[in-house]
Amino acid sequence: MSFFNIDGQQIEFKQGQTIMQAAQDAGVYIPHLCFHPDFKAHGSCRVCIVQIKGLYRTACTTPVVESMEVININEEVQQHRLQLLEMLFIEGNHVCPSCEKSGSCTLQSVAEYCGLLSPSLTFRYPDKKVDASHADYLLDFNRCILCELCVRASKEVDKKSVFAITGRGLDARLMVNSTDGKLVNSTFDKLDRAASICPVGVILPKHQGFKTPIGQRKFDIKEINKREQD
Amino acid sequence: MADKIKIATVSLAGCFGCHMSILDIDEKIIDLVELVEFDRSPLTDIKQVSECDIGIIEGAVANAENVEVLKDFRKQCKTLVAMGACALSGGIPAMRNHFTLEQCLRESYVNGTGLENSCIPDDVELPMLLNKVYPVHQVVKVDYVMPGCPPPADMIWNLLTALLEGRKPEFSAEDIRYD
Amino acid sequence: MDYTDTIDTCEFVDSCVEPEKDTSLLLQYLIQIQYRYNFVPEDAISQLQHSLDLDVAHIKSVISFYSFLNSSFQGHYRILFSDNITDRMLGNQSLYEQLKTSLKNHKVDIGFTSCTGFCDQGPAMLVNGMAINKLDSKRITQIADLIQNNQPLELWPEGLFVKEENIQRSDIQFNSKAGDGKGIEAALENGSDAILKILNDSGLRGRGGAGFYTAKKWQFCKQAISNQHYVVCNADEGEPGTFKDRVLLSTDAHSVIEGMTICAAVIGATKGLIYLRGEYRFLVDKINEVLQKRRTEGLLGQNILGHQGFNFDIEIHLGAGAYICGEESALIESLEGKRGIPRVRPPFPVVDGYKNKPTVVNNVETFWSVSRIIVNGSHWFTRKGTPQSTGTRLLSISGDCERPGIYEYPFGTTLTEILKDCGGSDAQAVQMAGAAGTTVVPSGFDRAMSNEDLSTGGSFMVLGPQRNLMDLLQNFAQFFKHESCGFCTPCRVGTSIIADVIQRFKNAQGCEHDLKQLRDVCGLMNISCFCGLGCTVPTVFLDALNQHSQMFKDLMKTDSSTPCFNLEESVSEFKQITNPSGRGL
Repeated sequence: MSFFNIDGQQIEFKQGQTIMQAAQDAGVYIPHLCFHPDFKAHGSCRVCIVQIKGLYRTACTTPVVESMEVININEEVQQHRLQLLEMLFIEGNHVCPSCEKSGSCTLQSVAEYCGLLSPSLTFRYPDKKVDASHADYLLDFNRCILCELCVRASKEVDKKSVFAITGRGLDARLMVNSTDGKLVNSTFDKLDRAASICPVGVILPKHQGFKTPIGQRKFDIKEINKREQD
Repeated sequence: MADKIKIATVSLAGCFGCHMSILDIDEKIIDLVELVEFDRSPLTDIKQVSECDIGIIEGAVANAENVEVLKDFRKQCKTLVAMGACALSGGIPAMRNHFTLEQCLRESYVNGTGLENSCIPDDVELPMLLNKVYPVHQVVKVDYVMPGCPPPADMIWNLLTALLEGRKPEFSAEDIRYD
Repeated sequence: MDYTDTIDTCEFVDSCVEPEKDTSLLLQYLIQIQYRYNFVPEDAISQLQHSLDLDVAHIKSVISFYSFLNSSFQGHYRILFSDNITDRMLGNQSLYEQLKTSLKNHKVDIGFTSCTGFCDQGPAMLVNGMAINKLDSKRITQIADLIQNNQPLELWPEGLFVKEENIQRSDIQFNSKAGDGKGIEAALENGSDAILKILNDSGLRGRGGAGFYTAKKWQFCKQAISNQHYVVCNADEGEPGTFKDRVLLSTDAHSVIEGMTICAAVIGATKGLIYLRGEYRFLVDKINEVLQKRRTEGLLGQNILGHQGFNFDIEIHLGAGAYICGEESALIESLEGKRGIPRVRPPFPVVDGYKNKPTVVNNVETFWSVSRIIVNGSHWFTRKGTPQSTGTRLLSISGDCERPGIYEYPFGTTLTEILKDCGGSDAQAVQMAGAAGTTVVPSGFDRAMSNEDLSTGGSFMVLGPQRNLMDLLQNFAQFFKHESCGFCTPCRVGTSIIADVIQRFKNAQGCEHDLKQLRDVCGLMNISCFCGLGCTVPTVFLDALNQHSQMFKDLMKTDSSTPCFNLEESVSEFKQITNPSGRGL
């Protein structure tokens, strides 16, 4: 049996596993956004950075090596995670009080867990759109964190490629694969994996906003660090 | 008896929800008034802020008057606290930032339904609206923040007692909520 | 060529698409379409969609990634001024204004682009993708006239397109000849282990900047079991201030191709690709001629030099304006016709590269040096240089010096010596290794160019005493913001924050909050970016913060503890809408 450790705790791992996979198997929570156990590591959000021998690596992309010593929680790592989360908040338009994903939003929950009080960076208030063309689903691009989980789910699970990323740099945007770019004219279906995978409030079912009362929402019931990822 | 700690509060572009949350500290407010004196605040109706120990800001910065009041607070208060989603990130008021000011005003005062003699109001008594809405920290330096919409009464109480005791306010992850 | 009609477009697209319908050629097709119509028409997109069986979103997402591809028609001429700091130092901004004014009544697209690789003969520009250098007011007038007369580019005077090589200093490598097939002969006769041994003994390290040992890279790739291996030449010389690869490809493509062929013999590849940056499109015909010549001479193609079963050929792939594609895994994505987003590593390209096959990606200069080392032996190479950085390397020198151009130097040469040679001894700073490199001030001029000390991918920009360092920082900040691929959070957001903050300091409007944002963002990017390019973005800004902290303090506004907020500007729209007389602040 092979072992490594995270913050001094000995953890078993299987050959070929990444730090994130082994940590999840062992029930150790490493904050993350773009990682999902059903998909190949993406490595774009960078929130799962950990320290190994003083260097920073993302837990989702780094394979475990026998006796590796991983630091998941110390002041430096926490600081850097907070900065990354701040960046995600200020580059989009995240208005938690008016968002129906609030309480079930991974970005919100990870940020609260990491202790982010509020971003101190300059807010950008980008001009992003809402696509309400589809009868059952709404797209609010203001909240997109470019984790590409919908892109990956649609391509790999649904075999449809309903979503793609366009532009580059700060202009990178989620786009819909249809001639006019509208969701209604794509092959999107409410039963798609892509329909339910968005960790934030971009892809939302219509006609049921704020249905779940405060106190009973996803992360009200169980905090993010205590849940198994779904 | 030592001098009471002076506190001023204001709601800029906000809904007064955060102030309601201050009142939500319930009976503890009686303990609080033993220790503090309120200067300018919706609770006192004093119009000008004078020298204070703590200033608490609710709401975003949306017009020239907000800027003036905020700068006054910064000048007069030793410690400045921003509270609530609007003060911290612009919140709901900042949702107009996707539009030009003219688009917003036309939609409300010219194209809106049921308007008579519709025109964009320009009475000089009205404060000038800013092109964009800003969070407080982009206009003045802020010392402490309390997230939430509104921040829970307990958080406000924690912050105030910490400041009164001369401690740095700290919140645990469980206290932090953005909605 | 005018944009005529749908039928023409569809026919043109069909004529581009090869019968194999290889989707990895998408970017190449888009480039051909762009240069035919000066944009990529919707008709072309739908035709490509059908003939390659691709999603429309995929095609559009690729177009949106590359700055040389347009999705709307902006005029028959697209003029992009090279906007490296060296171009700015030579006055490109006023030339841009001049051209814009002269052509204000003409439908023409005039803008800026990142360094086009002619810093030694700037200011430079690209007209419909073709390079014109040594711009001055007279040339701009001439160009404006040509455009006003609607002269097609093919009929513009050849004199406009003349390029200089400017090789200023030669050492062992320039002084030896290679590329005539002897290296390949040696490789085939002695076998791959012998070649790897020579390369290993020579200590040759990749010339792109990262400095990985070439022998080791080839060895890893050779060991990776697969039915196909690839050799890729990284000619995406995008680091601002470098142009040595252009000169090598233009004067001695034979050697570069020979180096690639030797690599193919070692790792067992049958196919090679040259990823040529879009700015060097003018070299395509020239390189193709060399490839053709080598095919006829038996140095490329089937049974090379009569060796049964040694088949290897090379194709050129063009880039289309994306700095990130210089990163090897992003380059591979781009070769596959996709957006140039770096890949998760591991796996590394040597085991899982182009089309998921083991792939060696080396810089132009690396292959060029291989061709010489194989002929002359490792000792010939190690006589020069330092223990960790053997041999010589090429520097592209530009900026405030009397003799800009290409210099071959043994590793270990000090900056003082280099500055003396190029006529830049009064420099206030040298920007080593491009925008992503380090700023060396005179106290560091006794330092040496080497992997142990000051490593470089070849860029060496001299800043004379009259320059303002803030101009350099602002130029680089804009560059990084423009070139960030947007994949990872710290680079996507961080480059924009840096650009905004630097701009405020440049306007003498900085504040303490800005200084903190700059330090925090630089620190974060340094450790957390997804790719090597992102991690090196902060270097130049951190150097400035450390070496010139007073400059930042001097550029703060009076009330530096208050964030930058201007009430007068912030009520401008309201004043305009309501037009109030007598309203005061």
